[in-house]
Amino acid sequence: MVLSIAEALGSRAIRATRSLGKMGVFLGTSLARAAVPPYRARNIVKQVHFIGVKSVFVIILTAAFTGMVLALQGFYTLRKFGSEGLLGSAVALSLIRELGPVLSALMVTGRAGSALTAEIGIMRIGEQIDSLETMGIDPIRFLVAPRLLGFLLSVPLLTAIFDVVGISGGYLVGVKLLGVNAGVYLGQMEASVELGDVTNGIWKSIAFALLIAWVCTFKGYFARHGAEGVSRATTSAVVVSSVLVLVCDYFLTSVLL
Amino acid sequence: MRAGNDGTRAGLDPQTPDAKEWLCKPCSVGPYTGAKREPVLRLIDVEKTLDGRKVLDGITIAVPRGQITAIIGLSGAGKSLLLKHMIGLMRPDRGQVLLDGVDINRLTRQGLYEARKRFGMLFQSGALFDSLTVFENVAFPLRERTDMPEGEIREKVRGILRKVGLEKAEEKFPDELSGGMVRRVALARAMVMDPEIILFDEPTTGLDPIIRNSILNLICRTYHEHHFTMVMISHDLPDIFQWCHHVAVVHDGRVIEVGTPEEIRNSGTPIVRQLVDGDITGPIQLM
Repeated sequence: MVLSIAEALGSRAIRATRSLGKMGVFLGTSLARAAVPPYRARNIVKQVHFIGVKSVFVIILTAAFTGMVLALQGFYTLRKFGSEGLLGSAVALSLIRELGPVLSALMVTGRAGSALTAEIGIMRIGEQIDSLETMGIDPIRFLVAPRLLGFLLSVPLLTAIFDVVGISGGYLVGVKLLGVNAGVYLGQMEASVELGDVTNGIWKSIAFALLIAWVCTFKGYFARHGAEGVSRATTSAVVVSSVLVLVCDYFLTSVLL
Repeated sequence: MRAGNDGTRAGLDPQTPDAKEWLCKPCSVGPYTGAKREPVLRLIDVEKTLDGRKVLDGITIAVPRGQITAIIGLSGAGKSLLLKHMIGLMRPDRGQVLLDGVDINRLTRQGLYEARKRFGMLFQSGALFDSLTVFENVAFPLRERTDMPEGEIREKVRGILRKVGLEKAEEKFPDELSGGMVRRVALARAMVMDPEIILFDEPTTGLDPIIRNSILNLICRTYHEHHFTMVMISHDLPDIFQWCHHVAVVHDGRVIEVGTPEEIRNSGTPIVRQLVDGDITGPIQLM
């Protein structure tokens, strides 16, 4: 009994280690293929369009309401201490350092990451990836590398849009709705936000982009067992990416602070 | 004249003279002459185990150059895996896959990709890129693997599509095509790079007899025009014997008999007899 439990645990541990090793090799190979020319500019632009441009609307919508609710909550909390004037700083710092990168990453995972896993997974199940191989075309270079670069270029830009729209949403609620002085809102924000806050946010968004692209392409590339397998891979990609984004956010914050 | 499951008259009733010649004129593969030539592809003692089951168990087979070899056997006998080993999509646990004497599993990644330039492969599902049109699918290897100018690519692709009777379908997407049309597009794509060897994984499975014969006829015509080496997995017994020069029978991950279609047709081996005759009783027990 004890032996079989130990065996089962050991077998799980070996499987998990193998899986992690496979993921590591996949990431290394993808980065190497993405770094070495030819870069397939047309494919990269196509991915930036799909991951970036097509996510702009959902990012704007999420950012606007996040900024608005932050301003609302922040105003009533700060008012207890008579510090409504710090609303601009509170909204801007929360968005630039934390919420902008994290929420942008989560929205992109849901919108583009899942689609990417499903697309690559269907190509795997439909033997299209094998077909690329038989033509002498490296599928990692052709399919994974442009998507990886697409994520690395798009997510930081989407994060920047998120920050700007979120701050504007906060301005709308704080200044126009709750009556905070516009000059105070903007002045406090300008005084408290430093370049380091912005660069930290950018580093985070780059790390999240890499994580999402890695997990989502990996799950799709090794999808198995038909439509159900692709569906499982897609769900798993979204869940794992989202959890990893949050875990990675904690560690990055503790390093970058 | 009737429409097949292609759904359009173009499926069986090609309008162009080229397509009429290619699809409708009866074709015969001619005699087996492979024994006189050095085989282009040889698998020696190839073994592969998947999920604890030995799926290829010491396969040794030689593919004669410039001839059509059919691989027959029950479903699950290891035929498709055999094909994947031939083109290096899978690596054997043991044994060698020799392409003109060079073990493809010892090549570098780049070397393997270069070796694959000599191959074309038609998958059972067609494996067409579903986001590309018929034209783009056939043009894909030329655009990705050659420096051919777009004008020449257009000309070459249209020529091949004309031969397979699909020039009017070039703007369609794969999900708008019937099974027979998908296989013809896949054949056009496999041929477009002028390979030396074409591998067919069950090119006619699931097609009605008329479409099936039109595909086999098309393969036969392609053979006569280019003298490709062809390897074809098929379940179409005994019809396949008239479309190949050489037959290998695979059972339980092993090659149990090779020979000309006539030799296999008249084989005395009980398993081969049962396969050829399609008997439900015999050494192969399905239930």
